[in-house]
Amino acid sequence: MNTVERLVYMANQIATNLATDDAPVAAVADHIQQFWDPRMKRLIFAHGTEGLSPVAAAAVRKLADAQNAA
Amino acid sequence: MTYQPQKDFGTPESRSDEAVSLTIDGRNVTVPAGTSVMRAAAEQGTSIPKLCATDSVKSYGSCRLCLVEIDGRRGTPASCTTPVEPGMVVRTQTPHLAKLRKGVMELYISDHPLDCLTCAANGDCELQDQAGAVGLRDVRYDVQATHLGQEKDHSNPYFDFDPSKCIACSRCIRACDEVQGTLALTMEGRGWDSKISAGLSSDNFLGSECVSCGACVQACPTATLVEKKVVEVGTPERSVVTTCAYCGVGCTFRAEMRGEQLVRMVPYKDGKANRGHSCVKGRFAWGYAQHQERILKPMIRKSISDPWREVEWDEAFAYTASELKRISDKYGRNALGGITSSRCTNEETFLVQKLVRAGFGNNNVDTCARVCHSPTGYGLKTTFGTSAGTQDFDSVEDSDVILIIGANPTDGHPVFASRMKRRLRGQDGRQGAKLIVIDPRRTDIVRSPHIEAQHHLPLRPGTNVAVLTAMAHVIVTEGLADEAFIRERCDWDEYSHWAEFVSQARNSPENLQPVTLVDAEELRAAARLYATGGNGAIYYGLGVTEHSQGSSTVMAIANLAMATGNIGRRGVGVNPLRGQNNVQGACDMGSFPHELAGYRHISDGDARKLFEDDWGVTLDPEPGLRIPNMLDAAVDGVFKALYCQGEDILQSDPNTAHVSAGLAAMECVIVHDLFLNETANYAHIFLPGSTFLEKNGTFTNAERRIQPVRKVMTPINGLEDWEVTQRLAQAMGLDWNYSHPSEIMDEISRLTPTFAGVSFDRLDEAGSLQWPVTADAPDGSPIMHVDGFVRGKGKFVVTDYVPTDEKTGPRFPLLLTTGRILSQYNVGAQTRRTENVVWHPEDLLEIHPVDAEDRGIKSGDWVKLASRAGETTLRADVTDRVAPGVVYTTFHHAVTQANVVTTDFSDWATNCPEYKVTAVQISASNGPTEWQEEYEALSTRSRRVETGIPAE
Ligand code: SF4
Ligand code: SF4
Ligand code: SF4
Ligand code: FES
Repeated sequence: MNTVERLVYMANQIATNLATDDAPVAAVADHIQQFWDPRMKRLIFAHGTEGLSPVAAAAVRKLADAQNAA
Repeated sequence: MTYQPQKDFGTPESRSDEAVSLTIDGRNVTVPAGTSVMRAAAEQGTSIPKLCATDSVKSYGSCRLCLVEIDGRRGTPASCTTPVEPGMVVRTQTPHLAKLRKGVMELYISDHPLDCLTCAANGDCELQDQAGAVGLRDVRYDVQATHLGQEKDHSNPYFDFDPSKCIACSRCIRACDEVQGTLALTMEGRGWDSKISAGLSSDNFLGSECVSCGACVQACPTATLVEKKVVEVGTPERSVVTTCAYCGVGCTFRAEMRGEQLVRMVPYKDGKANRGHSCVKGRFAWGYAQHQERILKPMIRKSISDPWREVEWDEAFAYTASELKRISDKYGRNALGGITSSRCTNEETFLVQKLVRAGFGNNNVDTCARVCHSPTGYGLKTTFGTSAGTQDFDSVEDSDVILIIGANPTDGHPVFASRMKRRLRGQDGRQGAKLIVIDPRRTDIVRSPHIEAQHHLPLRPGTNVAVLTAMAHVIVTEGLADEAFIRERCDWDEYSHWAEFVSQARNSPENLQPVTLVDAEELRAAARLYATGGNGAIYYGLGVTEHSQGSSTVMAIANLAMATGNIGRRGVGVNPLRGQNNVQGACDMGSFPHELAGYRHISDGDARKLFEDDWGVTLDPEPGLRIPNMLDAAVDGVFKALYCQGEDILQSDPNTAHVSAGLAAMECVIVHDLFLNETANYAHIFLPGSTFLEKNGTFTNAERRIQPVRKVMTPINGLEDWEVTQRLAQAMGLDWNYSHPSEIMDEISRLTPTFAGVSFDRLDEAGSLQWPVTADAPDGSPIMHVDGFVRGKGKFVVTDYVPTDEKTGPRFPLLLTTGRILSQYNVGAQTRRTENVVWHPEDLLEIHPVDAEDRGIKSGDWVKLASRAGETTLRADVTDRVAPGVVYTTFHHAVTQANVVTTDFSDWATNCPEYKVTAVQISASNGPTEWQEEYEALSTRSRRVETGIPAE
């Protein structure tokens, strides 16, 4: 696995484990925001949503939008 | 201070609340009911002569030396077996008693060699002292021959057994039974013929069940059982109280010294974690501190293919600082990072993370707790609001049901295991606690002398969450949840959501049995017992955390405890058993990239401001890289320099090939350690470290207990570890001027609310303190969440079972799980350099007889262990401790490199690696793999030092 593949894998794993949360997209976005370093976030934003589960994809998009807005 | 052994009160303390007053030798004394007359006398300063009594074990009443006279009683009762009574009038010294005692003593001495002057225990022998105390001057009997001239047993590497000196007091047997719980010793024969033996009389100590804890040596009043070091060096002259540096139990010891030489480590009776007990590691395995392979001078080299060059400290610091500056200028400040150690002190750890945050200018700091207990931090913080265990060790005395999951306390946390076993055996008429063990292996505690687990659930590795959810299913659907507790203490809506989830039919034990392989009826019975058996306490270890659902498992455990009301008082709780000595402390000190000391997120502006004002810097509000992310970034070419204190990530972290690729891609790897460890094969700068004997500071054990570590000798490498970090910081231009670790603790306390009341003075005074230590709890907090959870309401979190992606298949049909054994510690860097190797010379692969037979493997054969990540070889041990389909090994030896086969799957929340599940295949083999041979060659090459002799 290269780094981007690993990040996709991690985001999906987080999404699977937070699937039963009340608001899974927000929970995944919050988790990534709290635990990933800026470069990891940049890499996944640049990568886009390919290979991401729907929840993970929505969470990444949400974070990327927030970042762009800031 | 001259040498004084710790005072011996003769019999154990009574825990009764009722007070009894009596008169001893005309003086009034008040003691708790149940105290012996002997102890009452000792407490008022009168020592009654004694031989067979000592305060670590119950009295036995065999030597008849402790006789006293009591008004209104006939004869002369033994004071060690006579409990106090109100108004009792006792005399301990009368001419009649003196005569009787002299007679008793005379008999003992007549059967004892009279070589006091040349005896190792001369001056530290109770027989000698008592002969003096009763005024024995000559012996009227012929010296008897029964006991003398027997062969000594030197088989144990740390202590000798000389049966000729034995007085058959049975203190050793009682210590082994009551204190240690191994029951290795027996007495054969009667009267003057009686003889102590370890196991059968044909066994010696090494060949017996003995685990070398030293409790019998400590209890022995003569030189029969004596430390080899005392024989070699002589008796100690002074002592310093300090804390063991091996495991998360955190035993307190007296380091007994002769000049600058350590003679022995004796467990300290006032130590609140260990209460006078120890295990083989802390008690005996400290010889590594003086091992010839220890590196004492800094070394540098341009490339890892060059030999090392020894330099002076000044040059080492200047060079290191210039390298870090060069890399920061060239690749940006985020190319730097550091790893703190769970073996170093709180103060040292705090400085390393401060160096990274304030000096390197980023948050790329992580700790080896990443690879063990990071899920504990995440899981307990989410559910309870604080990243730590809820109880003190004493709490286990009030437990009725003990649930152990993914922990092997008799090997990993031996001193606590002894206390747990004592509670499981029952005592003084009190029924023993019930035991539930959830573990793929039949660990020792499942069945040991006088202990048999009510339920052992041998689950398939990787299915913890499924098993715990099924238990929750039983508790909720059978109406066993403690709703009153939940309503009062937890968020009811979250509970309802969770209860509904676990009640689903798909989460029933029957439905999950095909996944977990745990018998549904057995699981139901275990769940009922935990929910209804009285005080239920959960203890867990790395078998919980080191999984792709490690954090979920921790939360599932917390859910169970809340659902049954087992939180917030003695006897209950959720207790992570920490691996290394200072895992708790390393986490507390802000070693994680997303967190400042005291578990405050780096994005928390108020917390950051506190540190920024104190340190005079601006902190980056974004989290930094965790260890696995650092390695990924290194392979990508953007992470270039690592300061690694007291950690051997190459050996301890998963997927060795990936770790070595990451390290090899860096331009400056700084290893700060005692030995040229495996990571140092890839290092450019080596800074020699100091041992726990050579520095001041504190460790925090698994009970959140902050304990002093005291310097007993000068560091032979010249500097304490905190001084090394400080000098490096200074070389980088930081204005640090700590003159003592106490000043670092003052800073920690100033910046961390839960440490507000901690200082070295307070610790000296109290002995130890359990955080939080605050204005509300100035003496610390033995039990947490007493009146409410730290986060407010306890939070139930739905934990859905997600199978790991590490799957067995035709190529890799078996599941490997890893663990550790008693005599070795972690990657073994220390214990392998002690005599402990006699118990564990190599890592073995445990495999079930059926799987072994299928492959034509016998115990002792070399086998190849292969996974998708890599392969290694080691010897097989065919045993039914493991279930069919499961194999098990330890990771203490570098040559085995068990992590060559572990993968980089990890916990979803924390990236804690999934050590406990790897799909593997086993096949017969005739020797080391290519990797092992290449690695061996690399190590030899990499350890060359220019001055001539190779360092290892
Ligand atoms: S060293 Fe410990 S285990 Fe061994 S015989 Fe003595 S008390 Fe028992
Ligand atoms: S070995 Fe020591 S403790 Fe054991 S019976 Fe003999 S004298 Fe007593
Ligand atoms: S139990 Fe742990 S802390 Fe105690 S002596 Fe053994 S290794 Fe040291
Ligand atoms: S000390 Fe009381 S009988 Fe031995």
